[in-house]
Amino acid sequence: MKRRWNWHLWVGFLFCVAAFVSYLFVFARFPVTRDIPWVNFLLFAVAGALLVVGLQRAFGHPQQYRGKISGPILGALSLLALGFFCYIVFYMTRQLPPPSAALRVGQKAPEFVLPDTNNNPVALSSLLSSPMPGSQTPPIGVLLVFYRGYW
Amino acid sequence: MQLGVRPVAISVDTPAMSRDLCAKAGYTYTFLSDPNAEVIRRYDLVHRGAGPNGQDIARPAEYLLDASGTIRWLNLTEDYRVRARPEQIIEQAKALH
Repeated sequence: MKRRWNWHLWVGFLFCVAAFVSYLFVFARFPVTRDIPWVNFLLFAVAGALLVVGLQRAFGHPQQYRGKISGPILGALSLLALGFFCYIVFYMTRQLPPPSAALRVGQKAPEFVLPDTNNNPVALSSLLSSPMPGSQTPPIGVLLVFYRGYW
Repeated sequence: MQLGVRPVAISVDTPAMSRDLCAKAGYTYTFLSDPNAEVIRRYDLVHRGAGPNGQDIARPAEYLLDASGTIRWLNLTEDYRVRARPEQIIEQAKALH
């Protein structure tokens, strides 16, 4: 009898790829799904369940289902994808230098002058004292956002 | 910004790169360039060699200063995927009055 296509294996693998790729392109944009990538872990879990069923069918019922070779390969690739994802999320993005004690709450922020997007020099003191666009009064505070760049 | 706090973004990107970023993303607030990471170094936020070509860049951080320039709140993330949420910053800004 012709053996059936073991779709669990392939769909499971697809879920795995989706779990990985969707983080980069979709879920990393929203803090609620970025900080702890629960949606992606859910997708990996679904992938895992499908792969387990697929492997059970391939090895438990080899007369009915194919996949004794593709199954382990897809399973291994999926584990690799999960492993790499965990490496990025739990290790790589935490590789930051230890937090410094150089500047603390209560200290004066050091003055500086840096060019803005039009190459005009801007001093911190002027940011604190000059009126905000669209208002007559200077700001009640300044939020300095340091970011990695290269977006 | 409605709360009277002026946001200022600082990175090692050149003015040209920041201009492109602002144009693409529609940002209207001040973006400053620190290509040699001097201010980043003064604020002790250097992440050595973490740029795409091995340059020093800033680790992500947010500093809320009051009108006198005193640091009232700061956030240094341990994981660069996790940044301060707008709600956190708004709460801190309200306390500045």
